[in-house]
Amino acid sequence: MGEAISNYAKRILPSTDLDRLLEALQQKGYTLVGPTVRENAIVLEEIEGAEDLPVGWTETQEAGSYKLSRNGSEEYFDFASGPHSFKKYLFPPRLKLWQAKRHRAGFKVEQENDQAPSYAFIGVRSCDLCAIEIQDKVFMGDSYVDPVYKERREKAFILAVNCTKPGNLCFCSSMDTGPKAKSGYDLAVTEQLKESEHVFLIQAGSEKGHELLEALELADADEGAVEFENKQLEDAATSMGRFLDTHKLPSVLKNNFEHPRWEQIADRCLSCANCTLVCPTCFCHTVEDTTDLTGDVAERWRQWDSCFTGDFTYFAGGSARASTKSRYRQWLTHKLSTWTDQFGTFGCVGCGRCIAWCPVGIDLTEEAAAIRATDLVSD
Amino acid sequence: MRTLNDLLQTHPIFHDFSSSFIADIAECSQEKEFEPDQYIFWSGHEADYFYILREGAVALQARTPDQGMVTVETLHNGDVMGWSWLFPPYKWHYDAQALEPTTAVVIDARCIKGKCESNHELGYELMLRFGRIVVDRLMATRMRMLDIFSQTK
Amino acid sequence: MIAALASPMLTTPWPIIKTHRENSDTFTLELEPPESNGPFAFKPGQFNMLYVFGVGEIPISISSDAGNPETILHTTRKVGTVTNALGELRTGDSIGIRGPFGTNWPVEEAVGKDVVIVAGGIGLAPLRPALLHLLEHRRQYKNVILLYGSRTPEEMLFRKDLEKWSSQLDIQVYVTVDRATRSWRGMVGVVTPLVHRAPFDRKNAVAMVCGPEIMMRYATEELQRRGVPDDMIYLSMERNMKCAIGMCGHCQYSSEFICKDGPVFSYDRIAHLMGKNEV
Repeated sequence: MGEAISNYAKRILPSTDLDRLLEALQQKGYTLVGPTVRENAIVLEEIEGAEDLPVGWTETQEAGSYKLSRNGSEEYFDFASGPHSFKKYLFPPRLKLWQAKRHRAGFKVEQENDQAPSYAFIGVRSCDLCAIEIQDKVFMGDSYVDPVYKERREKAFILAVNCTKPGNLCFCSSMDTGPKAKSGYDLAVTEQLKESEHVFLIQAGSEKGHELLEALELADADEGAVEFENKQLEDAATSMGRFLDTHKLPSVLKNNFEHPRWEQIADRCLSCANCTLVCPTCFCHTVEDTTDLTGDVAERWRQWDSCFTGDFTYFAGGSARASTKSRYRQWLTHKLSTWTDQFGTFGCVGCGRCIAWCPVGIDLTEEAAAIRATDLVSD
Repeated sequence: MRTLNDLLQTHPIFHDFSSSFIADIAECSQEKEFEPDQYIFWSGHEADYFYILREGAVALQARTPDQGMVTVETLHNGDVMGWSWLFPPYKWHYDAQALEPTTAVVIDARCIKGKCESNHELGYELMLRFGRIVVDRLMATRMRMLDIFSQTK
Repeated sequence: MIAALASPMLTTPWPIIKTHRENSDTFTLELEPPESNGPFAFKPGQFNMLYVFGVGEIPISISSDAGNPETILHTTRKVGTVTNALGELRTGDSIGIRGPFGTNWPVEEAVGKDVVIVAGGIGLAPLRPALLHLLEHRRQYKNVILLYGSRTPEEMLFRKDLEKWSSQLDIQVYVTVDRATRSWRGMVGVVTPLVHRAPFDRKNAVAMVCGPEIMMRYATEELQRRGVPDDMIYLSMERNMKCAIGMCGHCQYSSEFICKDGPVFSYDRIAHLMGKNEV
C-alpha cells in the first residue's frame, strides 16, 4: 500500500511501560480495543489495560483450523490474525440507521445518532491497517459518504504493531500490505524481546501520536534497536506461510470465468459465508426494514451480508447467482480482480483469515494458483 | 421505372447474388397487389408460390378451438413469406391475409425449382438464404416461447 | 466532534397524488416532491429508491418527464413484497423516496443523430423520460423511432402515449405483441427483428434499449447486424440493490456497480459480460 514513511523519531518503550501508554490513551477519552483471549481464540474486544492482552498465548493455524495454545512467552503480540478484525468497530455488524413514525397520512423519519465512543485500536497489524484503508475507499472514497463510518474512523486512534511473527496462513508480503506498517497509524510499535530486555520500539505516524508519545518522555532508540527491528521485519517478510502470485492476476481471473476449477471448488464450498464475515475488507451489507407490533413505528437496520447467500442477488423472481460455483467465483474474482477496477487496490490484504475459518479449508491462494496454472487464455 | 430485376437485386436476401441468378429468379416472378383483408393463401392448399413483401402487412393465421382465428405472426415489407413449397407435402400450414394494401413479388415455386434442379449452384445459394430466414424465424419463435414479459416464472 | 452528516440512507416521505393502473399487474404512482427538500431534478433513465413504511425499499426507474420535475411518476409491476405493498397504496398515502441515482440515457450525445428506442414490456418505463425529452427537443434530433414489444395488446404500458405518438408525424412507432387476440390488427412477433427495417442511418444513430436481458441481447445483435457501433448502443441493466450508492455490494456486475456505474451502460462497456451466466 502507501509508501509513506514516518519522519518522527523512534523511541524505546519498556514493556513494563505499555500500561502508561494505554492509560494515556484512556485519559484522552479513548476506549481501548485490542486482542484478548476469549472462547479459545484471540479476539478483538474492549480491553482495560495491558493485562488483558494475550501474553503467553499464541495459536497455530491451518486451512480450516485455528488452535489456541500457551507458549509461555512474555510477548504481548506473539500471534497472527484471529477471527475478528477492526472492521466490526468501524462498520458495525448490525446498526440502526433510522426510525420512522406514522404521522397523519404519512410518516416522519428520524436519523439515529451513532453513540459510539472514540476507539483506540491496539495492536493493528499492517494487513489490518491496509484493510481499513481499503474500506475507507468504499465508505468515504466516492461522492457518497457513510457518516457512521466516517465519524468512527476519524475519531479512532491507531496503535499499530509491526508484524514480526507472520502465521502459517499469512501472505501480506505477496499483497504488499506488510509486515511493516507503512502509513495510516498514529503510533507503531515493534516488540523486541531479547535476553536482557523486553521493549517496544515506538514511532509516531501522526501529530496525534507524536503528542501522546512526547508526553511519555521516552528515550531515543539506539542504532542497535533499529537494526534489530530491520532484521525482525526482513525475517518476517520472508517467513510467510502462504504466497500469492499477483502478477496479472486480475486479468487471469477475468479470462478464466469458465474455468473448470470453479466447479471443483463448488463441490467443497458450503456457501456458508464465513470467509466474508472474517474478511477485514468485505463490505457487503443489507438493509432491513421492520415495524413494531403496532405497525406505527418502523426502523431501518443495516447489517453485514454476504455474496454467498441466495438472497444476495435476488430480484424479479430469481437469483442472478444461483449456484455455489458462481458465488465463490464472484467472491474470489472480486477480491483479486474486479476490486482493482473499482477501488484501485486488491480487496485482499493477505491476512489468511478466510483460509483458517473456512470449515472445509478452501485456500484462496491455492485456488488462484490452480487457475493460473491451467489458464484457459494464456496471453 | 424499376424493373423486377432491380427489385430483386436490392432485396437483402439476394444481396451479392450474381446478375444471372437474379435474372433466373426474375423469370419466375411477377408483382402482385392484394387488397386489405384479401387472403393470399389458405392452409391445406397447394404451396405453389413464395412471396417477397414490398409494402403492406400480412397476417399468418390459424384457427384455434377456443379463440377462432388467431394471428400467429405478422409479416411486413422486406419479409419473405412462405417455405411450404420447399418440402412435401407442398401445402400451406397457415392462412395468409393481407392486413393493408400489400404489394409482393410472387415467385413461382415450380419454375424456380426447375431452375435449381438444372443449376445446383443457384439451388445452393437460394437454400443458404432460405436457411437463414428459417433460422431467424425459429429464433424469434423460441423467444416468444420463453414468454419473457410474463412475471409468473 | 464531527458534525453529523445526513445519511444518504435517510428517506423522505413524498405524498401520492394519484395512482393509475396500466394493466392487470402494472401501475403508476404519481408523486409530489415535498418543497422542504428543495427542487427535485433528475435525468431520463435515473431511478429512485422507493420505501413502503415498514415493508422495504426497492429501486424503480422514474417514468415521468424530466422537464416537469414537480410531478414524479414511477411505473412498476407487482412482483415482490415491496411492489405488492406499493400496489396497495392510494392517493394521500406517502412513500419514502431517496434519489435520484444512477446514469442516464445519452439524450445529449444523441443530438444531431437518429435515435432508435427498443423497449420490451416494463422496459418502456425507464425509456419514457427519454422519449419525452426527444419529443420536447424534437428539432435537435433526426429520425426518432420507437420499437416496442409487449406480451399482449392488453399489457401494453402508457397506452395513451403510444396512441398519441403513433398519430404524430415526428416519431415512428412500431408496436408488436407476442400473443394477439382476435381484435388486434397490429404486428404479431418479437420486437428485435423490427430493428432490420427501422429507418435509421447506421452511421449516425444512437440506440437505447431496455427490457428483459435476453431481449436486450437479441436487440443488440440486430443493431450490430445493421452496423450500429457498440458505443452507440445503450442498455439499462437491473440487479438487486439495497443502498443505491455503491456501498452494499448487491448490484455488482463484475467490476460495475449497476447503481452508480449504471443502470444505463453503453454496450461496449458491458459487451464482455452480456450472455455470460451468473456474472
